[in-house]
Formats: sequence, structure tokens, C-alpha cells
Amino acid sequence: MSEILLQIDGREVKATEGMTILEAAQSVGIFIPTLCHHEKLEPYGGCRLCIVEVENRGRTNLVVSCVYPVEENLVVTTRSEKIDRIRKTILELQLAHAPDAFELQALAKEYGADRDRFEKEASFCIHCGLCVRYCAEVKKKHAVGFVDRGTRKEISFIPEIAAKECWDCKECFPLCPTEALQAAFVLTKALSS
Amino acid sequence: MDNDRVDQIIDKHEAEPSSLIQVMLEIQSENNWLPKATLNRISERLEVPLARILHIATFYQAFSLVPKGRHGVHICVGTACHVRGASRILDTVQEKIGIKPGETDLDLKFSLEVVNCLGCCALGPVMEIDGKTHGKMTPGETAEVLKNYE
Amino acid sequence: MSRINSPAELDEFRKNILSERDPNKPCITLCAGSACIATGSGDVALSLEAEIVKQGLRDKVDLRKTGCHGYCERGPMIVIHPEEISYFQVQPKDAAEIISETIKEKKIIKRLLYTDPDTKEKIVKESEIPFYKHQERLVFGSNGSIDPKSIDDYLAIGGYGALKKALYDMTPESVLEEVKKSNLRGRGGGGFPAGRKWEGSRDDPEPIKYVIVNADEGDPGAYMDRSLLEGNPHSILEGLTLGAYAIGSHEGYIYVRQEYPLAVENVLLAIKTAEEYGFLGKNILGSGFDFEVKVHQGAGAFVCGESTALMTALEGRVGEPRPKYIRSNIKGFWEKPSVLNNVETWANVPLIINKGADWFTQYGTEGSKGTKIFSLVGKIVNTGLVEVPMGMPLKDIIYKIGGGIPNGKKFKAVQTGGPSGGCIPEDLLDLPVGFDELTKAGSMMGSGGMIVMDEDTCMVDVARYFIAFLTDESCGKCVPCREGLRQMLKILTRITEGKGRQDDIQLLKDLAETAKGAALCALGKSAPNPFLSTLRYFENEYEAHINEKRCPALSCKELIAYYIDPTQCKACMICARKCPADAIDGGKNKIHLIDQEKCTKCGTCYEVCPSRFSAVTRISGEPVPDPIPEEERIIRKRKKK
Repeated sequence: MSEILLQIDGREVKATEGMTILEAAQSVGIFIPTLCHHEKLEPYGGCRLCIVEVENRGRTNLVVSCVYPVEENLVVTTRSEKIDRIRKTILELQLAHAPDAFELQALAKEYGADRDRFEKEASFCIHCGLCVRYCAEVKKKHAVGFVDRGTRKEISFIPEIAAKECWDCKECFPLCPTEALQAAFVLTKALSS
Repeated sequence: MDNDRVDQIIDKHEAEPSSLIQVMLEIQSENNWLPKATLNRISERLEVPLARILHIATFYQAFSLVPKGRHGVHICVGTACHVRGASRILDTVQEKIGIKPGETDLDLKFSLEVVNCLGCCALGPVMEIDGKTHGKMTPGETAEVLKNYE
Repeated sequence: MSRINSPAELDEFRKNILSERDPNKPCITLCAGSACIATGSGDVALSLEAEIVKQGLRDKVDLRKTGCHGYCERGPMIVIHPEEISYFQVQPKDAAEIISETIKEKKIIKRLLYTDPDTKEKIVKESEIPFYKHQERLVFGSNGSIDPKSIDDYLAIGGYGALKKALYDMTPESVLEEVKKSNLRGRGGGGFPAGRKWEGSRDDPEPIKYVIVNADEGDPGAYMDRSLLEGNPHSILEGLTLGAYAIGSHEGYIYVRQEYPLAVENVLLAIKTAEEYGFLGKNILGSGFDFEVKVHQGAGAFVCGESTALMTALEGRVGEPRPKYIRSNIKGFWEKPSVLNNVETWANVPLIINKGADWFTQYGTEGSKGTKIFSLVGKIVNTGLVEVPMGMPLKDIIYKIGGGIPNGKKFKAVQTGGPSGGCIPEDLLDLPVGFDELTKAGSMMGSGGMIVMDEDTCMVDVARYFIAFLTDESCGKCVPCREGLRQMLKILTRITEGKGRQDDIQLLKDLAETAKGAALCALGKSAPNPFLSTLRYFENEYEAHINEKRCPALSCKELIAYYIDPTQCKACMICARKCPADAIDGGKNKIHLIDQEKCTKCGTCYEVCPSRFSAVTRISGEPVPDPIPEEERIIRKRKKK
């Protein structure tokens, strides 16, 4: 594994080939906010909160640090006016779903996100996908999955599998940032009895 | 659809997991919808989690998890038809049949869908019923056309 | 049919086909593209076939059902060779006359000819008709001469000559060099240089490589790829094989929408016959090169037109795009180097190999070489598919070829690039059509949809329409697109309903910036374009909707009212009878009145009121005048003295 030298927020960072910018940043204590990221799971790139500016060969782009692989001589900026503005809007869009979610509160304060900026949405699932991915990649049971697409997308437990597997497991419950997962489970349970 | 026929279709595609969508398309086309039992069978044979099959069945427009009506009414809402007034056609049809796009009426007579461009832009606005194209539609004419279907 | 195993055998076979074809034998080519079939060309074909037999001309006249001729507004159409006589809007009942008069007697049936709307002159030959005269139909032109179900027809016009040349007279590297030299840019929307994409795959050490045809044409209003695939499937197969040879791939896929059943049918048949003849499969033309092609159908998702989503769908999964940080020509389908190009891009390749890059580069502009097929639709006189050299001014496409705006209406904007593109207003119509030029104006080339809009089109509604489309088609994985579009749609819908607020525009701009900057894929990143471009050129319409609750185009249902002008109404009762909501009160000699509560704003009364009265008007931004008193509604006939 060859060593790669890159710059994050003006600091020289040593990383190894195959690492993502997020991993490289975390290795030297630079904080980048995330919502859908989890060490045990494949990077998802869904919440887009971890966006950073990268400059390489004269071009600047916005990329998600949880997925983007480190490159030699990459120059990374983790905070800027534009990044902050976008993170603020992303948080406000999430808050429209789950205004009281614990994990969103600290971030909302940091970026000045206004929980009332957008009209409230009925579902408080923020589609981080942690539950679906954990059940698929770690437990390999696929008891909960996504259905439909776009604004109609939701998580859905498969009653037959959930009935068999979830009682003794529930390892995904603490992962859910908004408790939408627990609500979905209770609903599935109620509808199946 | 009985499992034998499902198996036949799966075997035609050599039971490859990547042929999942093609298999489902064939079953949808023959059976007009995808019953849960069939999805379970596909999951077993192709060794693909049911969760993934359900996501595919709901993600893609071509699939239906419920039986569809005898007559499929497709209203084109592509840009060219939209600019020629397709939304008025849609409103009138919705009112006449009493359902919204994606729904089927209670008699299982009509299933209403909106489609994005049938490629007959010269005939816009276009309404397609059971594959037959009705072009240059006006709201007044839609009622007449729908009356002809049992 | 034994396989053709060498260039010599191919030349011999082609010679035989041509020797059996008499160029002077009357041949009726009938457009059997999907659009013409919708207007009844199938029945016309049956009638012509029956008449040919009935009038004793079986075997003396050929009837060839071809792919789309492009002039969809005037279908069903036929072109009679060798004289090139073109008849339009042909009905089954015309068949007898066509056979007896034109075929037998060589007499022209004037009423079926094209009539120039200004000079009233009748034009006989297809190539002299303004619609066709100004086009450069390098790729699309062959559609009119071949039956897509016949590989012999394709061979008769020189088909598979490029493949023969590449396999025997060129190396894979020189094929790639030629494509690079031609500066062919992707015709699917991205406009990425094809040669460079191919080179990336070619140079990758991974031995297994794929070539893919993107036939998931999803832009509403665009149907060029469908017509190419239906009408000339072999040209795409030949192009794909050339690409495979150039990069070293042996497996190809065609991903085609299941909404195009005729295209699926024709391409499957083309693959089968190409394999029989030895143009596909093992040891193509005896060269030792193996290549096979499979067809995969889409299942109804616009996002699968995005290249990474398409590859994911090909793998049997939901069409969620992947980040392009590692390009798919290096790690694509099954993580292998994959060259994905649009149908039209592939169709250009045999021409480039046959005639050379230098020939190709004489067409077009510095940055955009070659031609482009556009679907010219919407508020335009000559709706259809047109192929023009890059660099032709938009004005010429819309007026010289398109014939301008129907019904005497004023041009307002032309939308290019589909849901990822934008609107070009009237004062930019001198813009030469090309990738970079359109992008600079705030739009993009896209796949080639060109939707013309007139004074009756509300631009705020256009933005809302595209956002609604994308909201429905978004895969839903990332927040900026899923949530951003959700909120943009809500705001734009409110604006069209007269509930717009002062800070709406700023909110929309913020959402646009978030989507453009942080969305996962091109669908999300380009989603704000229709809004941003309509805001750029038509800000006054947004302001009218928000500040005055008025729709300048008199289109948004919630902001308009239909009103019968009592000074113009002659109580003819036509509108009252046709109103689907029974909302018009009136009788003979009683001036009609629209009940605003019942009115569904369908616009029927506006359309049917005789133009000599023009009594039905639309009002926006002001209250509907109170009804005139009952006594004044009676029209008293003037007594003749």
C-alpha cells in the first residue's frame, strides 16, 4: 500500500492508497460532519453532508469525502462559505422531516440551520440508509429494505423475515438518528398481528 | 402465475442473478402483475434477497404489485404534449374515470398511467388506450373515446 | 444462409444483391416508424399491397416499409422511386389512385403533394421540400431507403463496409485514432469526446471490457434514438462492433427502453440476422475477432439513462447512479472498463470509418463536429426529426426547416436538453447550435429534444413541469435531489397557483445551488437548469405570478378565468353544448355566461368559439367582471323596416 501525501485545510496529511478523504481527515483529527457514514458499512454517499472542496490539476470540485479516494497532491478544504451554505440547506431539508432529531440539533446549531425554513414533511425518516445497509451488509438478513424511488422512497420491513429475525436482534435500532426505524418496526408488527 | 411457468422463464435466462429485471419484465408482461408468491419464487431461484426484488418492483414503473384493469389508459405528458395542453386531457380523464395516475378503478376496467413521451409528438396531445393511439385529443373528445371501452 | 467469411465473399454477396435490384423498377417506400403507424400507415401499407395485386402489378412494383422519414407532422407519407415523388397524409382510400395514376401512368396526384404555405407552390421531390432541403441527413437519411427488417437492404446501401475495412485494412489503434481525429462528441447529452472515452478503456490493463449502447432515451419530447434503432438497427450494430474492435471488447449490451417495443423487436431481429451472416458472433467475417451483443430492456426509470445508473440496472439492480470519481470507462459495468455511448453516437462511427475523419470534420463547427439529429416538436408547423450540421443557427432550424409557429402565434422560447437543459429566448435565436454555445446560454444540447414554445406557454409552468418530472424520476438516494426537488416543486406549484411569497425566488436559488453542488449524479446536478434558465430570461413572469397573482401567458389554471365578452357573444350555443362541465348558461339569443364555480378551465369554450365572434376571453390578475343584468342578456333582433 503506497503512501499518499495530500493537504487538508492547509495541513499535510499522510494517507495510504485506497483511503477516502474522510478516513484521512479522521486519522489526523480533522472533523467532517456525516450522517449516513458508519465504520462497519460501505460508504454510502447519500446525505452529502461530508462534502468538501478538492483542487487537483487546477480544477476545483465539490465531492463527498466519504467516497472520494485520496490522491497525491490533492488540496482539500473542509469549510468554506459555499460548503457551509450547502450544509446548512441540507440540514434544513432534513429538519423538515425530523425537526427534533437529536443528532441533527448540534449540527443545526453549528451551521445556523433553521428548522422552520421548509414546510414540514410527514415522514421523519431521513434516508440515511443505516438500517437497510446494516441488515444487508453486517447481519445479511435483508429484513428491512427500501421501496419505491424519489420522494416516494421509504423503508419497509418484510413482515415474514422481520418476524423471524428482528426480535432477537434489533441491532439497527440504535443506529437510527430519528427513531423512524423503530416507528416503522412497530407499525409492521401492528399490521401483521 | 404458477411456479412452473415462473421456473420456465427463469431457466430461459439461465437463472443468472443479473437477469432479475429481465425475468420480472417477462412475468409482468405475461401476467399483467407480480403476485407475492411469484416474487418469493424468484427470490429462491435466483438467490436474491426479497428486499431487493421488492425495491426493484416498486422502483421501476413497468411493474405492478396489484392486478391492473382490462384497459390501460396512457396519457402522454411529455414536454411537447404538455405544451399542447396535455394537462387538460389528464384532468378530464381523471374526472371521468374517477382515479388518479397509477390507480385502477374499482371495476378493474381502466388503469390510468401518465407516460413521458410516446414519440408521436406531431399528434400531441396523445392518449393511448390498449396500445391504440388517439391523437390531437381535446378534453371534449376524451369522454367520447372512453365510452367505447367495456 | 452460410456465413460470409472474408472480404471477398462480402463484396461478391453485395454485388449479387445489387445486381438483382433494378434501380428503375418502381419502388414505393412507406414510412412505418412508430409515429406514422399511430397515424395509420399500417392500413395504408395493406391497401397499397392489395391494390398492387389487384391491378396486376405484383412483382413489378416494390413496396418497402421503412423506418422513420422524419416529417412526422405530415404522415403517413410515401416516396415513390426512382422519381422521388413524395405524397403526404396518405389515406388507405388513396391507394387505388396511387397505383393506377402514379405507378402505371406516371401521373402525379396533385392533392397529395406538399404545398408551400407561402407560395402555394406544389413540390414533387422530397429533397426539394423546405423541411428536407436545409437538412444534412448523413446519419438519418438512410432510414428512408431501407426496410429495417432486411439486412440485405442495409448491405445494398453499403452497410458493413466500414466493419470490413476496419477488420482487414486497419488496426484497432487506427480505428480509435480515426474516431479521435473526428472529434466525435457524445450525442446523448454529455458531449464528451468519444475517442478520449474509448482510449481510456483501451489503455486499461484489465482484459475484460464492455461496450454499451444507451438506448434509454428518456427526455420527454425526444424520439431520435427510437427512430434510429427502429429504422436502421444495423448501423448501430456496426458502430458498436467497430468500437468493440477498437478497444478490445468482446461483449456488448444494448439497453433499450421497454416502452419502445418496435425498436426492441427490430434490433433483436437485426442481431439474429447479423449473426447468421457472420457480422456478429465468433470469427466475424473470418477475421478472428469475436463479438456478441445482448439486449436488455429498461423497466421504466428515466434515471437509468444516466450512464452509471444504466450499468447498475444492467447488473440487475435498482438504477441508482454511482459517483463518477472513478470514471466508468475504467471501472464501469461489473467494475470493468466500459464504453457507454448513445445510439446516435454509435450510428456515426461507421460513417467516420468509411469516409474518414477528414470528411466528417468538414461538417460542423470547431468545437462541435458533424451533424445532430433533433426532435423538433411543440408549437411548430413542421413537427418531426431533423438532422442539421452543427453550427446552423437556431433561427434557421425553427423557421426554415420547422416552418415557424402555427396559428399566427408569436415565438417565445425553445427548450433544448430536456429536463437538464434550459430555454433559449427569441433574442438569442441567432445562436449556432453546438455543445458549448448552448451551454453558455444556460441550456445544453442534451439528447436533441427541441421543444418550441409560443406566447401561450407559461415559463413558470415550464419550470414547474420539469421539476415535477424530475421529482418523479429521481432515484431518491441523495438529499439535495430528493429533498431539494421536493421542496422546489412545492414552491413552484404554489407560485403557479397564485400563492407565491416574496422569499420564494431566493429559496429556490439556494436549493438550486445545493443541488448543483452536492447532488450525486447529473440528474440532480442539472435539475435546477430549467428553473435557472427561465428565471434568467423570463424573470418578469415570475414576478407577475408572485406579486400580481397574474399569469402573463394566460395559462396557469388557478390564475385565469374564462370570460365571455357580452359585447361579442352572439349566443350561437356552440360553447354551451361542448362544455364538459356544463358550466355555461345561455340559450338562443341569450348571451352566454360562464359559471365560474363550475368552470374547470379546460379551455374548450375558448377553442370552439367561432373566430368571427372571438367572444371567449381569458382574464388574469384582475377580478372577473360582474355578470350583466338578465334583461341585457337577451339579444333582440333588429326589426327590418
